[in-house]
Amino acid sequence: MGRRSKNKQAAPEPLEKKVWPTPKKLGKRKADSDSDSDDKPSTRPTKKIKDSKPKAHAPDSKAVIDKAKAKDKGKSAAKKGKALAKPASDNDSGDGWEDVNSDGDMDKDERLAPFRYGIDDDLEGFTGNLDEIMDDDNDDDPLAGTVQKFDFDTDQEEDEIQPVSKRKKSKQSERPLKIIPTGSDTSDDSDDEGGRVTMANMEARSRALDAKAAAEAELDDEEFQGAAASDDEDEDLNMDEEGDGDADAEPFHLPTAAEREAEKQKGGPDLMVVQRRMRECVRVLGRFKRLAEKNRSRSEYTEQLIADIASYYGYNEFLAEKLFQLFPVAEAIEFFEANEVPRPVTIRTNTLKARRRDLAQALVNRGVNLEPIGKWTNVGLQVFESSVPIGATPEYLAGHYMLQAASSFLPVIALSPQPDERVLDMASAPGGKTTHMAALLQNTGVVFANDTNKARTKSLTANVHRLGCKNVVVCSYDGREFPKVMGGFDRVLLDAPCSGTGVISKDQSVKVNKSERDFTLLSHLQKQLILCAIDSVNPDSKAGGYIVYSTCSVTVDENESVVDYALRKRPNVKLVDTGLSFGREGYTKYRGKTFHPSIGLTRRFYPHVHNMDGFYVAKFKVEKRSKATKVDEAAVHSNFTVPLGEEAPAEKVQEDVGFDSEEDRPYLEEAKRRRMKSKGLRPPPRSKPTSTTV
Amino acid sequence: MRPLTEDESKAVFTKLANYIGKNLIHLIDRQDEPYCFRLQKDRVYYVSESSMRLGISVARPNLVSLGTCFGKFSKSGKFKLHVTALDYLAQYAKYKVWIKPNGEMPFLYGNHVVKAHLGRITEDTPEHQGVVVFSMKDIPLGFGVTARSTVDTRKLDPTAIIVFHQADVGEYLRDEDTLF
Repeated sequence: MGRRSKNKQAAPEPLEKKVWPTPKKLGKRKADSDSDSDDKPSTRPTKKIKDSKPKAHAPDSKAVIDKAKAKDKGKSAAKKGKALAKPASDNDSGDGWEDVNSDGDMDKDERLAPFRYGIDDDLEGFTGNLDEIMDDDNDDDPLAGTVQKFDFDTDQEEDEIQPVSKRKKSKQSERPLKIIPTGSDTSDDSDDEGGRVTMANMEARSRALDAKAAAEAELDDEEFQGAAASDDEDEDLNMDEEGDGDADAEPFHLPTAAEREAEKQKGGPDLMVVQRRMRECVRVLGRFKRLAEKNRSRSEYTEQLIADIASYYGYNEFLAEKLFQLFPVAEAIEFFEANEVPRPVTIRTNTLKARRRDLAQALVNRGVNLEPIGKWTNVGLQVFESSVPIGATPEYLAGHYMLQAASSFLPVIALSPQPDERVLDMASAPGGKTTHMAALLQNTGVVFANDTNKARTKSLTANVHRLGCKNVVVCSYDGREFPKVMGGFDRVLLDAPCSGTGVISKDQSVKVNKSERDFTLLSHLQKQLILCAIDSVNPDSKAGGYIVYSTCSVTVDENESVVDYALRKRPNVKLVDTGLSFGREGYTKYRGKTFHPSIGLTRRFYPHVHNMDGFYVAKFKVEKRSKATKVDEAAVHSNFTVPLGEEAPAEKVQEDVGFDSEEDRPYLEEAKRRRMKSKGLRPPPRSKPTSTTV
Repeated sequence: MRPLTEDESKAVFTKLANYIGKNLIHLIDRQDEPYCFRLQKDRVYYVSESSMRLGISVARPNLVSLGTCFGKFSKSGKFKLHVTALDYLAQYAKYKVWIKPNGEMPFLYGNHVVKAHLGRITEDTPEHQGVVVFSMKDIPLGFGVTARSTVDTRKLDPTAIIVFHQADVGEYLRDEDTLF
């Protein structure tokens, strides 16, 4: 059960401004994010994290299946405790680093473990360090005195401890012995392929953390001492690194181009080698100045890392690079890792036929283990385990629920159709979102469900009927025909066809079959579709006039650029808040492209952050073409045209436009010569006419 | 998409009347909104007039479905009810049959209802009467025709068939391709 519960959907993090700096600033980012949160996740004892969380989560889960709990109380309670331990850690960690840290504790996946620990023990030293110097909080301030440490090379730590060596020694002696074992513990773990955290091990670690926390509390009393301690910690960190180096027996060496070529000749490197190299590359890129080899550039490391990612996870190089560029280095790795793990199975209650509580009860009786997804939706349930096929229960067939990914709730929630509206779903098969909208309309108004692919409309129709949606018209047009077929919609949902880079965990074939050309074609299609969607909306609609654009892709050219394009092409639309309480903000700047600043209102969702498919949601409001601008335009136009019709300027214009036969003569002559030639006549020599013209 | 002809309406209504009897009138005279029957590519749809009017603007080859599909006309002109009509049938059914939980899955796989699985049945159901099949939790599962009257069922052995299967919600999975 513990294994399953790790798949539990993390509760959505609160919406807060999170700045994701470029990879260059990783070190600082760490400090910032830590100082943002009041509690210090890394220094807090692990046990505390576990304890504190269930309290926060208990009410909502209790509300839904309290009956089930009454039935077998002990069992479910135990389950819940475990299940909630995981989201707790997810929740605490606003940024990916802590995520990795806590994952490392829980995760038993042997293949991934070594990698995580690599980051893990790195971190432990690092966060510890920064937590302590957090008092002076602006560590990028040169006056703080800590900065100079970062400029030193790893080998030189003897020099740098010189100034405070006396104090330090005393500190170390007074410090509990456990602290140093913590570092070595973890590094042992990373060496050990199993990467298991045994019970005893955990205990030791938590005790060590406790001790550390206590020590820190002491240190916090005196600021000066605190600063000294930070130096101290830093040394610890360096010792860690040294330890690492000892364990690996040789320092990390980035292969040169020639070496890589040779490796390729031999048929690709060993998986273990690649794994280790990736780990090292991430570490180096995290603190480049300090850890990089001399005369190797950052791009060389990045290149090597991308190549390794491509081979290790099985992407083509193009896609690996494209996805890699979306995130800071360490986060990118998390993203790739998350694509290897399946997302939790979720279902949506069909409110036309059942209530969530009743449905949950009925399914629990059939031996399905489930829980509500989160606070952000009141129709979603997450399935942990089922003894019956979840897509063939009598409840499913009777249309009480729909198997639907959590991410596909989002665009409908954002669109929030109101009763008695006319809604269009431009690319609707297999109907999860369509039926969700019909349910929100409570079978009033009308939903036009369109899908280009006729074969897919069969399953769409089946789902529409099964879920008892009586207000749906299913049609099969190319979406781009749409304002012609019918316009005047109150709301339009465009879940555009996309490359599917957000759902790689569902469809692994995306990893290899997407090329540059696919992305160009798709984004072209998306741009056409979004304009059609905008044109299909009735701007005079009373409550509506909204469009939601969504894709299950994470790339920028399918999302932000498309939205930006729409904003530029249709001046009467603007972006509005999606109404989703979580998700990252859309990029307003990306690799030299600058988008409209309001694109910050769009939302991105990631597998490694939100534990749902990678997704993008943007919501537009279509306004009337403002009369003021129209009039202005008309005025400008008439100003421009009216004088033309009048006397004096008209002549002048005519003069300008008239033929200048003198200038044209050489062309005429040339044409004449060609004509003669083609008739087989001999044209007169060329020099003469040109000379006459000139 | 066009309205039904005289003959077609007759075929549809007699079939429906077999299940819902006089309640048929509630389908035609609705309190909330006028509804109508429309024929589109041999399928009969029951749809609100407002939806129908909007649906008119969709070209015939592109229109896949609108409202609720009730069934289809066979080539010989007979009308066959589909499971998609179940919502309305269940709402207005005159005669109902409830089956026990252990009989649910066999019925959903397309089998007839045997006496052993019979949980409840409407009193005085005649023979060869269209009935709607419910689970014990009142979830409509399909419909069929009784093999015996209620009185006669009492003396049957447990394996005897009570309701002949006509349609069940399992068809959404089994016959998704042919249903629409």
